[in-house]
Amino acid sequence: MERLLEVEDLHVSFKTYGGEVQAVRGVNFHVNKGEVLAIVGESGSGKSVTAKTIMGLLPKKVSRISSGVVTFEEDDLLTYSKKEMQKVKGSKISLISQDPMTSLNPTMKIGHQIDESLKLHTDLSKMERKSRVLELLTLVGIPNVEERYSQYPHELSGGMRQRVLIAVALACEPQLIIADEPTTALDVTIQAQILDLLKDLQQRLDTSILIITHDLGVVAEVAQRVAVMYAGVVVESGSVEEIFANPNHPYTWGLLGSIPKQRQDGARERLIPIEGTPPDLFSPPKGCPFAARCEYAMDICVEKMPDSTYLTTDHASKCWLNDSRAKKPKEVAMAGRSR
Amino acid sequence: MIEQRNEEDLFHPVDHNRFKQNEIVRPSIGQFRETVTNILRNKLAVLGMFILVIITFFAIFGPNMVPYSYSDQNLEAKNLAPSVEHWFGTDALGRDMWARTWYGARISLTIGIAAALIDLVMGLVVGGISGYMAGRGKLGDRIDGFLMRIVEILYGIPYLLVVILLLVVMKPGLWTIILALSITGWVGMARIVRGQILQLKEQEYVTAAQKLGTSHGKIIWRHLFPNMIGIIIVNLTFTIPNAIFAESFLSFIGLGVQAPIASWGTMANDALGVILTGQWWRLFFPGFLISLTMFAFNVFGDGLQDALDPQSSD
Amino acid sequence: MYILKRFLTMIVTIWVITTLTFIIMHSIPGDPFASDADVLPEEVVENMREKYNLDQPLPVQYLLYLKNLATLDLGPSIESKTRDVNTLIADGFPASALLGIQALVIAIVFGLILGIVAALNHNGLLDYLSMGVAIIGISVPSFILAPLLIKYFAVDWGLLPVASWGSWEHTVLPSVALATAPLAIVARFMRSSMLEVMNQDYIKTADAKGVSTIGIVIKHGIRNALIPVISFIGPLVAFLLTGTFVIEKIFAIPGIGKYFVDSIFNRDFPVILGTTIFFSAILIVTLFIVDISYRLVDPRIKLSSKGE
Repeated sequence: MERLLEVEDLHVSFKTYGGEVQAVRGVNFHVNKGEVLAIVGESGSGKSVTAKTIMGLLPKKVSRISSGVVTFEEDDLLTYSKKEMQKVKGSKISLISQDPMTSLNPTMKIGHQIDESLKLHTDLSKMERKSRVLELLTLVGIPNVEERYSQYPHELSGGMRQRVLIAVALACEPQLIIADEPTTALDVTIQAQILDLLKDLQQRLDTSILIITHDLGVVAEVAQRVAVMYAGVVVESGSVEEIFANPNHPYTWGLLGSIPKQRQDGARERLIPIEGTPPDLFSPPKGCPFAARCEYAMDICVEKMPDSTYLTTDHASKCWLNDSRAKKPKEVAMAGRSR
Repeated sequence: MIEQRNEEDLFHPVDHNRFKQNEIVRPSIGQFRETVTNILRNKLAVLGMFILVIITFFAIFGPNMVPYSYSDQNLEAKNLAPSVEHWFGTDALGRDMWARTWYGARISLTIGIAAALIDLVMGLVVGGISGYMAGRGKLGDRIDGFLMRIVEILYGIPYLLVVILLLVVMKPGLWTIILALSITGWVGMARIVRGQILQLKEQEYVTAAQKLGTSHGKIIWRHLFPNMIGIIIVNLTFTIPNAIFAESFLSFIGLGVQAPIASWGTMANDALGVILTGQWWRLFFPGFLISLTMFAFNVFGDGLQDALDPQSSD
Repeated sequence: MYILKRFLTMIVTIWVITTLTFIIMHSIPGDPFASDADVLPEEVVENMREKYNLDQPLPVQYLLYLKNLATLDLGPSIESKTRDVNTLIADGFPASALLGIQALVIAIVFGLILGIVAALNHNGLLDYLSMGVAIIGISVPSFILAPLLIKYFAVDWGLLPVASWGSWEHTVLPSVALATAPLAIVARFMRSSMLEVMNQDYIKTADAKGVSTIGIVIKHGIRNALIPVISFIGPLVAFLLTGTFVIEKIFAIPGIGKYFVDSIFNRDFPVILGTTIFFSAILIVTLFIVDISYRLVDPRIKLSSKGE
C-alpha cells in the first residue's frame, strides 16, 4: 500500500514555568492512502500534540520540535516555511477540531466559513464557490442548505456545527483529514451519526483520515489501523482486528479492559480501571513509561525502553515481555504479587 | 551498580514499592496563599503596594515632619523654590508645600477609602438582595426588577455630573464630598455583586446546599460570599483611585474641599496660573502624587486580578 | 419591538433625571434673588420672580418646566439677561462637540491600534511598551496633563497656541489632553479582548484552513475582539463629557462644559438644570445608539430579545 503520511522519531516539548514538558518522545507511525488510522490514548499521552505538529499548529513561542521527520507526499513538512505550510493546510491536509461549539467563528456566516478555504486554495469564481459550498453542506447531511448558508453558528445545534466543520475540512478535497476527538463534545446519539458520516465520506471520497481519540469504541467503528499512545510514545500499533483480537502490550490490555461491554446474559461486566497515573513528563522515566502501572513490570522495564517487536509485518509492540529472556506474563504477574 | 549487572539479570519482576518513593507529591496550596504568592511574583503589583505603603506613611506622618502647618501663611516666604527650609517650596501665600502636599494625601486617601467602603456596603446590600431575590417567585422578581431599574437609571447619568449637582446644593466639606461620591458610586458594585450571585446560584454546590435545606444566611455566608470576595476586592482597588480622582477633579473645578484645607486637586488648580512662570514645584508635587497614587492602585489592582484569576492574564 | 421598548425607557430615564435634578435644584431654601432683595426695589424683585415663575407653587413650576421641555425650551438664564439656556447651549455646542468628537476619534483609533499591537506581541517588548504608555495615560489626570502640554508644546516650544478657540491648531492640545485617559482605557480593553479572542478555537480552525496570520488577525481576530469594545463607548462618552468641564476651563474654550462650570459658581439654576438635562440626553442617546449597533454587529444577540 502507498504511504501518504509517515511520522518518524518525532520529539516535541513545551516550555512551561515548571520546566520543559516532553510531550511527544519519539513517535513513529504512518497513514496509508485511503485508510483510517486511529491514534488512541488517554489525555496527556501526546496524541493531540502529534496531530498539531503535523498541521503546524503548535504555538511557536512555547513549543520545540527537537527532532523528527513528517513525510507527506515525499516532502518533510517540518522543513516547510510558514507560507508553504499555509498552502498545505486546508487544501491537502485539513483538520476537524474537537469542540464544534467553539470552533466556528461566531460572527461569520456558515457559508463564508466554508468558502474561506475555497477562496484561498482554488481558482473557482464566486458563483462556483457558492454552489460548491451548498454541495458540501448537502454532502455532510445538512438540510435547507440555502437557508443554512447565511446562518450564524449559534443558530445551529452541536451536531449540525460538527457537520459544518466537516464540510470546512472537506472543502478542498484534501488527501488527509486529521480529526482531533471529533465526537468527544457531542451527545452519544449524535456521536454515532457523525462517525457514520465520517466513515461514509471517507469511503466515497477515498481520502485518508487520522483520527485522534481516547474512545476505543470510535476506533472499532471507523478505523482500519490503530496506534496506541502512552506518555508520548506509541507503545503498540497494528490493524484494528489484530489489536482487538490479539493485543500485545499490557497497556493495551488495560485499555481494552476499560471498555464497558454488554455481556450475553445482559449483565454488565465490571469495569477494570488501570491503576495509577501516567508519569510526570517533566522528567520522563528512562525505561518503559508504563512500568509503574504495569502488573508485569520487570527490572529491565525500569532501566531501558524496549524496542519494537514485530508480531506480524504490521503489528508492532514495545514491551520487554516479548523478549525471549522474559517469562510468560502470567508467571511474572504471579511472582510480582507474591512479593 | 546497574551497569555492572548483566542485562540478563534484569528480567525479574520489579518491586512495585520502588515507584511509590518516586511519586511526586505536589503540595496543595490554599487559594489565599496561592493568591499571595501570585501577587508577590508580579513585580509591578509589588511596586504598587510599596508605593501605597510609602504614600500612606507620609500621609500620616508627613505633615508633622515640618514646623509648618498646611494653613500657615507667611507672606515673606512666598513662591519659594524647594530648599532645606521648605522641602517642596512654598505657594503664593507662603504656605509650606510639603505640609500641604501630605495633608492633601490624607484628604485624598480618606475620601477614597471612605467612599469606596460606603460603595462596597451599599453595593453588597442592594446587589445581594437583588441577586438573591431574582428568580424567587413573583415578589422576588419584582424586588429585583425594582432595584435594577434604579441601578439602570443611575447608571445612565454621568457619575461626576450627579456629584457636581449634589455639591452645588450641599454645604461643602469633607463628608459632603464622601456622601456625594457614594450616592451613585455604589451602582457599579451592586451590578457586579448581583451578576456574581446570579452566576453562583447556578452552580451545583449551591443548588445542592439549597436542596439539603441549608438556611439562606448560611448559603450566603458559606457559599456565596467566599466565592465573591476576590472580585469584590479587585473592584475595591479600582473604586478607591476612582474616588481619589473624582475628589481631585471636583477640587480642581472648585467644588471640593474649601480653603484653607489642602487637596491635590485644589493645589493643582492654584498652580494653573503660575506654571508658565516657571514655578514648577507648584504643579509638580500635587500632580505627581495624584498620578503616582492612581498608578499604584491600578497596577496593584491589575496584579490582584491576575493573581485571583490566572487565566485572565494568560 | 426591542427598539421601541428601549426608546421608551430612554424617554423615561430623561424624565427621571429631569425630575431629580429639578428637585435637587429647588431643595435649596430661598431663591436666586434673595440676595438682590436688599439692593433692588421690591417691585423689581417681584417682577423677576414672576418672570422665572418663582411666584408659583413648586408643583406648578415643575409642570411648567416639563411643558417647556416638551417643546425643547429650557427656559431663561438668570445670570445672562439676554441669552436663554437654549441660546447658551447653541453657542457652546459647536466647540464642545468638535472637541468631544475629535477626542473620541483619537481615543478609539489610537486606543485600538495600541491594544491590537500589544495583544499580537503578547509579553513582547511592544506589549510592555504599549501597556506602559496606557497605564501612565490612566494615571495622569487630564487636568495635570493639560498644563504640562501647554507648558511644553505651547510656551516652551511654541508649536501650538496656548489656549482659546478659533483655528484648528487651537483644538489639538485640548483634544489630546481630553483623549489620553480614554485612549489608555480603550487600549487595555482591546488588548485583553484581543488576547481572549486569539485563544479561541475558531482561530485555530482558521489557522488550519491555511489562512495567513494577517488574515486571521483581521477577519477572525479584530472583528470579534471589537464587539465587547463597542459596549464600552457609552461610558467613554460619559467620561469625555465630564472631561470637557476641566479641559474647556483650562484652555478657555467657549463650550457648554465651561458654561456649566460657570453656572455652578453663579448659582444660575436654570442653566445648571438645562445643561444637565442636555448632557444626560446626549449620553442616553449615545447609549441607545451603542446598544442598537451592538445588536446589529453581534449576530448572537437579536434585536427582538432582551439580552443580559
